[in-house]
Amino acid sequence: MTNHWIDIKNSDCILIMGSNAAENHPISFKFVTEAQQKGATLISVDPRFTRTSSKADIYAPMRSGTDIAILGGMIKYILDNKLYNEDYIKWYTNAPFIVGKSYTFKDGLFAGYDEKTKKYDNSKWAFEMDANGVPKMDRNLKHKRSVFQLLKNHYSRYDIKLVSQISGTPEALLEKIYKTYGATGARGKAATIMYAMGWTQHTVGTQNIRTMAMIQLLLGNMGVAGGGVNALRGESNVQGSTDHCLLWHIWPGYLKTPRASNVSLAAYNKKWTPKSNDPLSANWWQNYPKYSVSMLKSFFGNAATKTNDFGYDWLPKVDDGKHYSWLDLFDEMYKGNFKGFFVWGQNPACSGAHAGKNREAMKNLDWMVNVNIFDNETGSFWRGPGMDPAKIKTEVFFLPAAVSVEKEGSITNSGRWSQWRYQGPKPLGNSLPDGQIIMELGNKIKQAYKKDKGVLPEPIVSLKWDYLTNGEYDPHKVAKEINGYFQEDITVSGKAFKKGTLVPSFAFLQADGSTSSGNWLYCNSYTEKGNMAARRGQKDAPNNIGLYPEFAWCWPVNRRIIYNRASVDLKGQPWDKEHWVIKFAGDVKEGKYVSRTWIGDVPDGGWYPMQNPDGSMREDSKYAFIMRKHGHGQIFGPGRVDGPFPEHYEPIECPVEKNFMSSVYTNPTAPQYGTKADIYQTCDPRYPFVATTYRVVEHWQTGVMTRHQPWLLEMQPQVFVEISEELAQLKGIKNGERVLASSARGSLECTAIVTKRFKPLRIAGKLGTVVHQVGFPWCFGWQKPVSGKEESANLLTPSTGDPNTRIPETKAFMVNIAKI
Amino acid sequence: MSKSFFIDTTLCTACRGCQVACKQWHSLPAEQTINRGSYQNPEDLSFDTYKLVRMRETVVDGQLRWLFFPDQCRHCYEPPCLDTAGDPSAIFKDGSTGAVIYTANTKNLIADEIIESCPYNIPRKAQDGALAKCDMCYDRVFNGLAPACVKVCPTGAMNFGDRAEMTTLANQRLEKVKNKYPKVSLLDADDVQVIYMVAFDPDLYHEFAVASNNAFDITRHAALRRMLRPITHFASRLL
Repeated sequence: MTNHWIDIKNSDCILIMGSNAAENHPISFKFVTEAQQKGATLISVDPRFTRTSSKADIYAPMRSGTDIAILGGMIKYILDNKLYNEDYIKWYTNAPFIVGKSYTFKDGLFAGYDEKTKKYDNSKWAFEMDANGVPKMDRNLKHKRSVFQLLKNHYSRYDIKLVSQISGTPEALLEKIYKTYGATGARGKAATIMYAMGWTQHTVGTQNIRTMAMIQLLLGNMGVAGGGVNALRGESNVQGSTDHCLLWHIWPGYLKTPRASNVSLAAYNKKWTPKSNDPLSANWWQNYPKYSVSMLKSFFGNAATKTNDFGYDWLPKVDDGKHYSWLDLFDEMYKGNFKGFFVWGQNPACSGAHAGKNREAMKNLDWMVNVNIFDNETGSFWRGPGMDPAKIKTEVFFLPAAVSVEKEGSITNSGRWSQWRYQGPKPLGNSLPDGQIIMELGNKIKQAYKKDKGVLPEPIVSLKWDYLTNGEYDPHKVAKEINGYFQEDITVSGKAFKKGTLVPSFAFLQADGSTSSGNWLYCNSYTEKGNMAARRGQKDAPNNIGLYPEFAWCWPVNRRIIYNRASVDLKGQPWDKEHWVIKFAGDVKEGKYVSRTWIGDVPDGGWYPMQNPDGSMREDSKYAFIMRKHGHGQIFGPGRVDGPFPEHYEPIECPVEKNFMSSVYTNPTAPQYGTKADIYQTCDPRYPFVATTYRVVEHWQTGVMTRHQPWLLEMQPQVFVEISEELAQLKGIKNGERVLASSARGSLECTAIVTKRFKPLRIAGKLGTVVHQVGFPWCFGWQKPVSGKEESANLLTPSTGDPNTRIPETKAFMVNIAKI
Repeated sequence: MSKSFFIDTTLCTACRGCQVACKQWHSLPAEQTINRGSYQNPEDLSFDTYKLVRMRETVVDGQLRWLFFPDQCRHCYEPPCLDTAGDPSAIFKDGSTGAVIYTANTKNLIADEIIESCPYNIPRKAQDGALAKCDMCYDRVFNGLAPACVKVCPTGAMNFGDRAEMTTLANQRLEKVKNKYPKVSLLDADDVQVIYMVAFDPDLYHEFAVASNNAFDITRHAALRRMLRPITHFASRLL
């Protein structure tokens, strides 16, 4: 979330799309409700009428996988009706930037596409630079190659009628939503988006979110209270795990995983440190080497020196252009390219797209270590349905882990709040905290490498690994390491620091090895003042908008709403006088600011505002979006692999034979896999219904933590498929009856819930076709309930996904339903 | 001062935290259920289920509504079950909270008569004939805590407090949502200590959302029993 949970209460209009917050983030409705009671409008757009929809002022159905069409239509509506905040987009976004002549967009394809590699050369989308190497801009937004004009042109095709034909959403409803949401472009108004896996799990997942970010920029809703782009994370600490590099393509703090071509630390830092020649651009990532070197110091301690590139060579490099994400790992495992697999706190036999392929893949392993609080369908895959244990060689080890309340440590919630938790009950039996398991494992591996040397022992032997106190894992030591220490006595910005003391914030980190920090974003979380995440102060900030700055700690540097420099006008005064986030309160002399003071939230950089009260521009200011190379929010996003503007493409499996928007059918860069298990069937009469998966409030993820809990199983005892009354009639299916769902990849026996909450949609206009949609929860697995009949809906889902992130497309695929 | 609940169904998301919290606080076992083609589960209240979120899909004025009704005992001011029982060792009204409490001695009552007397169809019997229902978590309330179902509610649908505070809150909310839901109403507010607010015709939510006909008239059985009741019972009621 760019904002945070409490801040939802400040919104004037809440769009919940790609999420079912009332069911999957039930506590969020405390704040949604509060906003509604103050007059906010709640809009729910979902293929299915959910518990969220039941509370909405406006509900609109849609065909799964058509979000970009719907949101593209909103962009057109905002532009046509001039609902955007003009000052905001002129000064804070790249709307005025001039795009180079090589950029084109023709009939669904952007410039630079290579049919053979299925990749774009995105250098074709670069901005035009002036003599100083600064992007050319037309602040009047008139230049025909300005981002603003290209945007207008691109979305001119997304008229309501066509959008309705694609999405099946009635035109009148689309217009009502566009009008309501678009009205928050007015100064002082804010709208927010709450999204989750309903947006990410598509072959256009990243672009779904891009489209919304663009809308928020156009309306001036980024950086303000009650605004932002808010990803509702699926687990209590998934934000924390992402921050600390759960994903293959990043190092802690969103540094890049080095590529094989980054042959030295210098080459690595040069490649990933953005350079701006614009003196008004803070270009915060220019500090990249300070963060990467501090991280290496933290990893290798005294063994990291200038002469050995701080141990850079010891860390693994990924092959250029190769992906190592979930889908790719299981594809390799399926092909027999892995010997072993640590499966830690997860259940891929049920959670991963194309679960059948994943289960087959596990047979190819020599060994698996399953670390979990319960045995699950993954650890026991060898005795699951259709498996013959006698023929499976995989040796499985189970390590019982302590549950979250049995451990001390921090979790970072969706709103980026790192909250320290004390230990409740002691771990049961011989279960151990994950930290303890990792530490002991590390120590054993170190011993083995010391003794037997092995291939490249240096990284293992040199790893700084001193986080035990009296033999027990010490979360405080790890938290301090993450924050970082001064490695020698140094003076930074006139302040003297002693070796061995904690770094007060990332502004003091250095690229010369004199500081360490396991994750620069968390530098400031555990300082000489104490453990910031453990704070429980109840006082609000002076703006009284629910920031509670002394409760827990929030990255970066306790800034509760990021991009907040965009919440003020050029003179530093808030767009919204009532729910202001920050405001400039420096002294004024003869129409000029003469001292620097911001009040409210921690500002996104404490520079002077862009203008003085008399309207003159200041040269010592910085643009609002400090994390962007050029300082502007990106309406045009040339960094993505599938295009600088989001474009509607059909899901890999869909019910329509063509894309009504262009002649490019599906995302031309979406990955597909080639083993015999990877079958995709689009527009196939055997699989005529659009399917989607979701969670229910009663169960958690694959249900490992909830299916063992009788009170929860009592409420949702069986896997089900929700179908419309019309489809039930068509197929002769009665409510509560068991049916068989099937896709090109697998089948699932489930109970039919015949409901008014799914309705057939008419697409492709009045003479078009009727599309039936169905949905499955994916929280079940054969182990529990003990009947063994309640299986994972991911047996049906396809192994394809977003080309930027490789998140699987489990929210739109094709199935059939039949009576048993 | 007596206590009351105010249950604002316009804010209920059917997260069912209340339903689970009730089971947890009372250590009630889970029932063996199946999916009957509905999220509502268990199907009905039972000896082991005091709180149940009832869920109905219905079209009102051309618009689909998913109506949620977190059903529980209303803790009537003049509980027909108590009158019907006529045995304070089995059913009594707690003096300080007004909670209507069932004890293990309910097994000595004629269960079906008690059940029949309830205008909201709440009490449920065990195999041995004992009866059970919501007890207002009066053990929690005595210790200054809100009932478990209220404590857990994320949206403010479940509220609990002194009677005057709850009636004020109910009337404020009623005024506030009138524009959005012209048919909004408080159900039997003067007769019960659990005041429901519903946005539409209460029958759409649940057959027993409001008291069944003539429920508060003294039934023939109850009147007879009341005439025969020893005088001490009347005295205890006056206290």
